[in-house]
Amino acid sequence: MATRLFGSGIRRREDPRLITGSATYTDDLALPGMVHAAMLRSPHAHATVGAINISRAQAAPGVLAVYTGKDTREGLQPMPCAWLVPDADLKVATYPCIATDTVRYVGDIVAVVVAEDCYQAYDALDLIDVEYDALPSVTNPAEAARAGAPQLHADVDKNQAFHWAVSGGDVDAAFKDAEVVVKERIVQQRLIPNAMEPRAAVAQYNQASGDLTLWNTTQNPHILRFLNSVVTGVPEDRARVIAPEVGGGFGSKIPVYPGEFITVFCAKQLGRPVKWNETRSENYQATTHGRDHVQEVELAAKKDGTITGLRCTVWAGMGAYLSTAAPGIPTILHGLMLPACYGIPAVKEDVYGVYTNTTPVEAYRGAGRPEATFMVERMVDRLAGEIGMDPADVRKKNLIAAFDDGHDTVTGLTYDSGDYPTALEKLLSHADYTALRTEQATARTSGRHIGLGLSTYVEMCGLGPSQVAGAIGFQGGLWESAIVRVHPTGKVHVFIGTSPHGQGEETTFAQIVADEIGVGADDVKVIHGDTDTTPMGWGTYGSRTTAVGGAALAKAARKVRDKAKVIAAHLLEAAVEDMEFVDGKYSVKGSPDKAKSLADVALMANVAWNMPADVEAGLEASTFYDPPNFTFPFGAHLAVVEVDPATGQVDLKRYVAIDDCGPQINPVIVEGQVHGGVVQGIGQALWEHAIYDDSGQLVTGSLLDYALPRAARLPEIEVLSTVTPSPHHPLGVKGIGEAGTIASTVAVYNAVMDALSPLGVEAIDMPFTPERVWRAIQQATKGH
Amino acid sequence: MKVPIDITINGRSYQRDVEPRQLLVHFIRDLGGLTGTKVGCDTSQCGSCTVLLDGVAVKSCTCLAVQADGASMTTIEGLADQGTLHPLQEAFWEKHGLQCGFCTPGMILASHELLRHNPDPSDADIRHGLEGNLCRCTGYQNIVRAVRHAADALAEK
Repeated sequence: MATRLFGSGIRRREDPRLITGSATYTDDLALPGMVHAAMLRSPHAHATVGAINISRAQAAPGVLAVYTGKDTREGLQPMPCAWLVPDADLKVATYPCIATDTVRYVGDIVAVVVAEDCYQAYDALDLIDVEYDALPSVTNPAEAARAGAPQLHADVDKNQAFHWAVSGGDVDAAFKDAEVVVKERIVQQRLIPNAMEPRAAVAQYNQASGDLTLWNTTQNPHILRFLNSVVTGVPEDRARVIAPEVGGGFGSKIPVYPGEFITVFCAKQLGRPVKWNETRSENYQATTHGRDHVQEVELAAKKDGTITGLRCTVWAGMGAYLSTAAPGIPTILHGLMLPACYGIPAVKEDVYGVYTNTTPVEAYRGAGRPEATFMVERMVDRLAGEIGMDPADVRKKNLIAAFDDGHDTVTGLTYDSGDYPTALEKLLSHADYTALRTEQATARTSGRHIGLGLSTYVEMCGLGPSQVAGAIGFQGGLWESAIVRVHPTGKVHVFIGTSPHGQGEETTFAQIVADEIGVGADDVKVIHGDTDTTPMGWGTYGSRTTAVGGAALAKAARKVRDKAKVIAAHLLEAAVEDMEFVDGKYSVKGSPDKAKSLADVALMANVAWNMPADVEAGLEASTFYDPPNFTFPFGAHLAVVEVDPATGQVDLKRYVAIDDCGPQINPVIVEGQVHGGVVQGIGQALWEHAIYDDSGQLVTGSLLDYALPRAARLPEIEVLSTVTPSPHHPLGVKGIGEAGTIASTVAVYNAVMDALSPLGVEAIDMPFTPERVWRAIQQATKGH
Repeated sequence: MKVPIDITINGRSYQRDVEPRQLLVHFIRDLGGLTGTKVGCDTSQCGSCTVLLDGVAVKSCTCLAVQADGASMTTIEGLADQGTLHPLQEAFWEKHGLQCGFCTPGMILASHELLRHNPDPSDADIRHGLEGNLCRCTGYQNIVRAVRHAADALAEK
């Protein structure tokens, strides 16, 4: 065991079942007597609901039941909002699981059918007659906030779900004294997360005992069990929530949804297991969307490039109702990051959360931070253009110098550690930025439009401590838990409260434990996603699984190691103070031959024939770890594009990412997270856009109409890193799940605008479809 | 009205009575109990349901089960040879070509088709060859590496 597993790119332990088709996702479950539910969804963006005639559907072949909002009013409480951001005049509108009198977006549920098979259930949906009386609708958040806009909720004036503000430093003075001010109106278009596995639920309810088992495509089964008790009334001790294999989430599987609660309701009523799984097109309507900001941003600076202030107003579309964590995304996770990696000394932001007749918006990979990074990084490039300085030089001038013991921002955060200049220098040198600028200049002389786009970022992961959760209105804790249990043969079970769904923690967490207690990674099985077997935890999102859960696990493993040392000392008839843990063995200092393996110790601990005095039998430890602070990963990215001005086509030629997530447990997995994250961000810049028409119809309502990144449109992503440990994390690690997405959208945006700068194009709303780019070029060149 | 059909999947005959409208993917999953084949969309875009039908990769959400009557199919469950992983499966594992795993069965079988036509593909060939399969986790890069790795392994055989 001389080799440390931490830092090794070993193959993933979850993969054998995934590459052979033997993994079980929610929709793969088949229980005896199982029946199928299908949801009837509103075709209107906004309408009053009149009579609903279900008699034809009830009589259809195979149909067991049809329920409308009237039937579920008693059994299903309204959907909870669990991030009640304080000091924001938050108005949580009533969000019924099944609409009763009004539907507020295309996709709002009006009825559910349960039938023997899913074909019969879908057939019966067509036989339900609903009388709708269409109402005016509004889908753009800035428009919905205007006087005279259609009102979604009678008790919410001007559709304003909240008004949140953050400020620090003297912003008025910064702008009064500014030598340069640059302004831009940025549209962070609405996106559809598109986890490849659509959402699904299977509910099994024992009417005699009152026990419920709910399998669900969730990122956080313990939160679901908690909120399920609120909505369906099944107490937590009677409910077992299982997140089996989950096929990606990207934030869209954080919230709780009406779908799973309605499935529970049906199972309770019928006493038979009920499965519900959404189609992809249904996913587009009914699973949460991301982004949807309209941002007005101003940056104040000196002529030498020194940034002095940032002022902005954001209208954040929230959709028709507030999803579980939604209010925290465009506020806490967004506004607090505005000082960015420059430590901007004066910041003020007003955020208006606005109800619109659209699918609810939630966390989507990066969740608030990509939108913040975009604003700052875009304005840095605008400043560079305004003062005629290279964007790299403006960044160098403003980056916070390296620090390892905290940096306080004017928004009240303390960055844990960072070395932003080194990351940027490494990026510029690896990419040979100077040569790229020369190549660009040469290309321009021959009419070719190459552009370089930079993005330097810092983000926050691993939110905590829980005291902060209370202060920011998060209706839960921010700690994590882990149990490490060693069996008589030295094999180890690890139980965690987080719930990975593709990120690979069954492997990386085994690597952590293996090093900490002296076993091989293959000796460790990581168990997650079942509320009956795992300790309470708050789930996998916000790049927190390793940042918080990994810390809990390291601490639990160290407790096991400490106990193992005591038992080994007893077996070796040595004093505990004379023991050491070297090369995975528990030995007497200076006498490596006098050593015990973990398996030796585990056998004795479990049979307990010869234990030290006052030491309990067993070899197991648990930890509840509440982090003292967030972690703050950072990095620097570069995109190189070429734009064809004749067609508006953008060709992404090169992408270089430098990310610093602290020490890497498994560099292969880290690289994979960066690849995926970067490509999702590129998707926002170049292709993806959820579009509603004037009547509130989602016109990009299927994968035929919504452009996801495909393999042939992407270059090889060059991935590099720097390593700056977090001073407060037991392993120094920071988190890497969202970094790529946070950095890449604006890097590509800046590159395209750089390419088009000789043509006088100043702004284009994303995505950079050929048509949009071509039109912007036509408009700009016409004016010259 | 149900129609009797007989489809051989992974060497085993499945004789079932099906509705003419039943999709092949539902036959495989619900009647065959082979849930490795996934349903990721409803417009034939994502490729998660890709299977080999008489040796050719098809999207099984775009076929009716009755159209496959008499055919012989391979799904992801049948790709390994008596417990020995197919070089493509090995390569996806070795090169970290998957994360959540949902697109993986379809991606592996689409890659199988790609290598059947072009045993020595360039990275660009691979990227073009996998245009019909979506992955949201990997950014495709390690999938490209995996297919290249599998091509090398198959060439050595």
